[in-house]
Amino acid sequence: MKYIIIGNSTAAVGAVEGIRSIDKKGDIDLFSSEEYHTYSRPLISYLLCGKTDMEKMKYRPDDFYVKNNVKTHFSLPVEKIDALNKTIYAGGETFSYDKLMVACGSRPFIPPAEGLSDINYYTFGSLNDALKLQDNINKESKVLIVGAGLIGLKCAEGIFGKVKSITIVDMTDRVLSSVLDKEASDIVKEHLKKYDFNFYLSRFVKKYSPNTATLDDDTVIPFDVLIIAVGVRPNIELVKDAAGKTERGIWVDERGETSLKDVYAAGDCVMSYDITTDSERILALLPNAYSGGYNAGVNMAGGNEKNDCCMPMNSIGFMGLHIITAGSLVGQKIIDYNGGYKKLVVKDGCLNGFILVGNVERAGIYTRLIREKIPLISLDFDKLKIHPCLASFNENERQRILGEEV
Amino acid sequence: MKRVYADEKWCLGCKLCEYNCAFANTNQPDMAVALKNTEIVPRIKVEETGKINFAVSCRHCKNPICIQSCITGALYKENGVVMMDKNKCVNCLTCVLVCPYGAIVEDSGGSVFKCELCIKNICKEPACVKGCPNKALLFEER
Repeated sequence: MKYIIIGNSTAAVGAVEGIRSIDKKGDIDLFSSEEYHTYSRPLISYLLCGKTDMEKMKYRPDDFYVKNNVKTHFSLPVEKIDALNKTIYAGGETFSYDKLMVACGSRPFIPPAEGLSDINYYTFGSLNDALKLQDNINKESKVLIVGAGLIGLKCAEGIFGKVKSITIVDMTDRVLSSVLDKEASDIVKEHLKKYDFNFYLSRFVKKYSPNTATLDDDTVIPFDVLIIAVGVRPNIELVKDAAGKTERGIWVDERGETSLKDVYAAGDCVMSYDITTDSERILALLPNAYSGGYNAGVNMAGGNEKNDCCMPMNSIGFMGLHIITAGSLVGQKIIDYNGGYKKLVVKDGCLNGFILVGNVERAGIYTRLIREKIPLISLDFDKLKIHPCLASFNENERQRILGEEV
Repeated sequence: MKRVYADEKWCLGCKLCEYNCAFANTNQPDMAVALKNTEIVPRIKVEETGKINFAVSCRHCKNPICIQSCITGALYKENGVVMMDKNKCVNCLTCVLVCPYGAIVEDSGGSVFKCELCIKNICKEPACVKGCPNKALLFEER
């Protein structure tokens, strides 16, 4: 069996490990447009603030490719997939496959704005982005970050203390608008303000000139370094150009196979079925990328795994304040304060989502309730509302999880 | 593979397992010296309901969701045991977000920690089990 993997990040590593869990012998060729050993993308902000380094941010040990018998092709972007003849084109050469994995991720989205194409700006999605930014900031830099989402704020944290000022603009009325409600968002914003981050919310940049940005209310913000961090767009082109089904992301079935036979896809480039909203959406999250890649890898090697418990979930900290969220906020809201901010959302008798800010201890007990759609009637929810604990489960369940192999 | 199993029928709620766990992981020879005036942060935690007690630590799952979700690769499996490379961890708490048993704890030192069956410390076998006075914790194959 000949496997080709396009990509070298989380979903690609998941695919290698998934394939090798079944097929120890087949050839695996892995193509990456980057020059690096597999690294953890979310760690680029930790690299900037010195909490990790190039060595420690390797997502798998140095012997990963050798141990898994993977032939790597670094700095070699794949240009085209020919699904009919089961080949790919890269660097003027043709490579044939029996099973193909497309794990080509996403790229920063750059919203069009007047003057932007004439000036220098940075994005924050790859190791090279981070290294370039690191080389171009100093203690005197006035930094403007467009986007107060996960990427923008992590970038802000990464460069905190290394620049003169950080100003953050976002179109929405809150920070982390994709994961937090207004109340939780205000707590995070107030926390960040203590560190002198300047926020302009419900604002957008209407015009850029060299070293200044003009907002929609005519506020002029001077900057030396501009970072665009408004979000990402899935890289769907390879599959789309090969006539595979794509929408905002690449369409895949439960097994991770695209509409093209023997072509699989996983990670930030695909759409996933979110069990908490019953909808197909982009869930560009690392755990989702790994499990999608792993399960697809197993299926490529002849196994049968399903991606049937995807949902949004985030664990992130800013300047020492932890935030954990999972699922959807649609449903009956139960708010409970217990050393921070907590919101639980119940739908059809099951937990369907939550937000925890500050105290995030044992949050995974809540996450499991969502993932497995455990009826709240089967447990002591009054107890569970206050603290996530196993004591809220009935005796049989406690004996199962603590007395058996799980 | 041998794992730690808790039996709530026999648990007295004495929390000796918590102390023995914290002590074993200090790698010091004397418990009184090692734990004096410190707030212990054990890798096993006794839950109490008033009627019953039981101790919870890492289940060393067959397919650990914490390893699948770890953003750094700090969590890994070695001979069936879920291990933690403290050096790689950045304390993002994604493992805390996904662990169904609430068995991964945040450390004040900027990383998480969890039960590693005392493999890495001087005890070499689970200190919680060894010190349990009522055999409410067992280390065995099931």
